[in-house]
This record gives sequence, C-alpha cells and structure tokens, in this order.
Amino acid sequence: MEELLYATLSLGAFALIAGIILAIASKVFHIEGDPLSDKVDALLPQTQCGQCGYPGCRPYANAVASGEADVNHCVPGGERTMLSIADLMGVEPKALEEEEEAVPVVAFVREDECIGCTLCIKACPVDAIIGAPKQYHTVVSDHCTGCVLCLEPCPVDCIDMIQKPELLEHWSWPLPDTERAQLGAERRESHHD
Amino acid sequence: MNAIGEFGVILLSAVLVNNYVLTKFLGICPFLGVSGKTETAIGMSFAVMFVMTLASTASWLVQQYILIPLDLLYLQTIFFILIIATLVQFIEMMIHKVSPVLYQGLGIYLPLITTNCAVLGVALLNVQQENTFMTSALYGFGAALGFALVLILFSGLRERMEGAPIPDAFKGSAVALITAGMMSLAFLGFSGLVKV
Repeated sequence: MEELLYATLSLGAFALIAGIILAIASKVFHIEGDPLSDKVDALLPQTQCGQCGYPGCRPYANAVASGEADVNHCVPGGERTMLSIADLMGVEPKALEEEEEAVPVVAFVREDECIGCTLCIKACPVDAIIGAPKQYHTVVSDHCTGCVLCLEPCPVDCIDMIQKPELLEHWSWPLPDTERAQLGAERRESHHD
Repeated sequence: MNAIGEFGVILLSAVLVNNYVLTKFLGICPFLGVSGKTETAIGMSFAVMFVMTLASTASWLVQQYILIPLDLLYLQTIFFILIIATLVQFIEMMIHKVSPVLYQGLGIYLPLITTNCAVLGVALLNVQQENTFMTSALYGFGAALGFALVLILFSGLRERMEGAPIPDAFKGSAVALITAGMMSLAFLGFSGLVKV
C-alpha cells in the first residue's frame, strides 16, 4: 500500500513540477502576435489569391498593419473590405485600384469550348471550379470570388467574367453607402483629436 | 586510463562506433524526415543535442534520487518519457521565440523529438550501463553528436542527389534508404576503433 502511495505521489509531484516549469517558460518565451494584423487578417476574405501583390492574406494584413501597404489592394474583398480595413486602421478610405470590380463578377466557363485541361481548377484559390480531366468544367458561382486568377492559365480562353446573378437566397440588406461610412470614419477621427 | 582519455573513448564510441542512427537504428524518423535540406538538418541537430544531453542528465538524476531510493524502477519508462516531453515542449517554445524561421523549417519534426526513440534509448541505456553522472551526460552528448554528424552528412548527400540522374523508380525515399544503408555499412568500419 505504501509503495502505491509513493509511486503515485512521486510521479504526480514530478509531473506537477514539469507543468510549472512549462507554464513559466510559456510566459518567458511568449510570442507577441501583432493584434492589429490579426484584426486586419480577420477582415480579409482569405482567398490567398495574391492579387494585392503579397503572397497571401496574412502577409498583406501584416503589411497593412505596419503601414507599408494601402488599404485598397484587396480585389476579391471589394469595397466592403476596403472600407472596414480603413475604418479599423483609422485612415481615409481609398478608391479600389480597379474600379470595375465594384460590380460583383463571377467566372463562367463556356462549356462547349472547354477542353477539360483542369488548369483553371488548379489556379482557383477557393476551389470554386469543378470538373475532371477531359470533362468540361464549371464554376460554382456561390463560391467564386471573381478574382480572375483562372483566366490566365486557360489555354483556350473559354472563361468569361460575368456579372454575379442576384438570387433571392443570397440577397441581403445593402450595406450603408460609402458616403455615410466616410462620414462615420471622419467623426471617429475628430473624436481622436 | 586517465579521466580525459576515458571521456574521449566514451565520446568516440557514442559518435562513431555505436552510432545511434546507423548501428543501433534508433531515431530513423527524423533522420529521413528532416534530411532534405542541410539548413533544417543543422537546426534539428542542435535541438536534438540539447534535448538528448539534458534528458540523459535529468533521467540520471531521477533514476538515482527518485526511482532507486523509492524502489520504483518499474516507473522508469514513464518518468523518462515525462522528462523528454517536458524538455521538448520547452525547447519548442524557446526556438519559436529565438528563431521563427528555424521553427517553421523544423515544422512537425520538432514536437516529434518527443517520440524520437534515440532520446529515450540514450536515457535507458545510460541506466543499463550504470554510468556515473558525468559519463551519462557525456554519453548523451556523444550520442547526439553522432546523430547530428550522420544527419548533416546525409542531408548533404541528399542535396547532391537532387541534381543527380537517378532512375525514376529510385527517386525520393528509395534512393535515400539505399544511401542510408550504404552509410551504415561505412560506419561499420569504425567497429574495431574503440572497445566498449
């Protein structure tokens, strides 16, 4: 009976000491994740499309948080993302680089011309294109962010960007318009002053 | 034999003659896993060196001052695993703080040092050989040094093989395993070097 007690106590005590050492170490070696870039990253659409010129959403978020990059480079995120980032960073909203992106677009594969090469499937960052080799592909327009990354690899140029069809099940209340959002941002800024 | 000579023999035997990877076949997972690039191989070597040396000394202390006095030798393995796991967790946090690049390079293999059987093997063999505190530390360090030597050499070979005209069927793990076997044969040549 005594032996059992010793075994349990010694192993328990040893594990407790090890746990305390690790707890102290985790405080000592704590990594300060940049809270601002975390917040920016949360606003980005996570398509990792690289159209902002950075190799993914996280690097762009870091660049925005450190002030290296403007808030208006995210193409899939569109105006809505730009406004929320500008709001978070407390800077003036800027027009998107590509004005025509204001209309939400999705990719559309002209199936008669598709040769089933799967190149666009590999290019799609959100897996919105389905199909198999030598079978024609199609775009799941719900998932398509309109990032146009699939246009370039297509050897027969059979992908068009079309206006996103507005369906009843996707409809939501329109966001507050740009002017009012800007007004809000200005008001917040004047609060800071 | 004087003390320094004895230490030299222990070190030499652990590094070359009784090399953990090539003659005892322990720690094969990181040996094949992180040997793709020399840079990560060096990082892994240092991590293993740190863990192995500390684990062998810590396990010696536990053995002498907890397990033997309390007559709990049957708890040896679980105690040693606890020590190793704690050390690995500790070094993982340290590397994450000190060198995030190395941390990314080592990836999954860093926590896998926990299950690197070479580390537990050294701790258990130390106990079996009834080494003293200093010889245990030295033996642990020597074994890690041997692991590091072989890992770095092997990663250098694999980097060279990237550009070599290897038949398709042998590419990747196949040729890596064949190379490892040849290295093991070469290391057998050290077997008469020291008598331990």
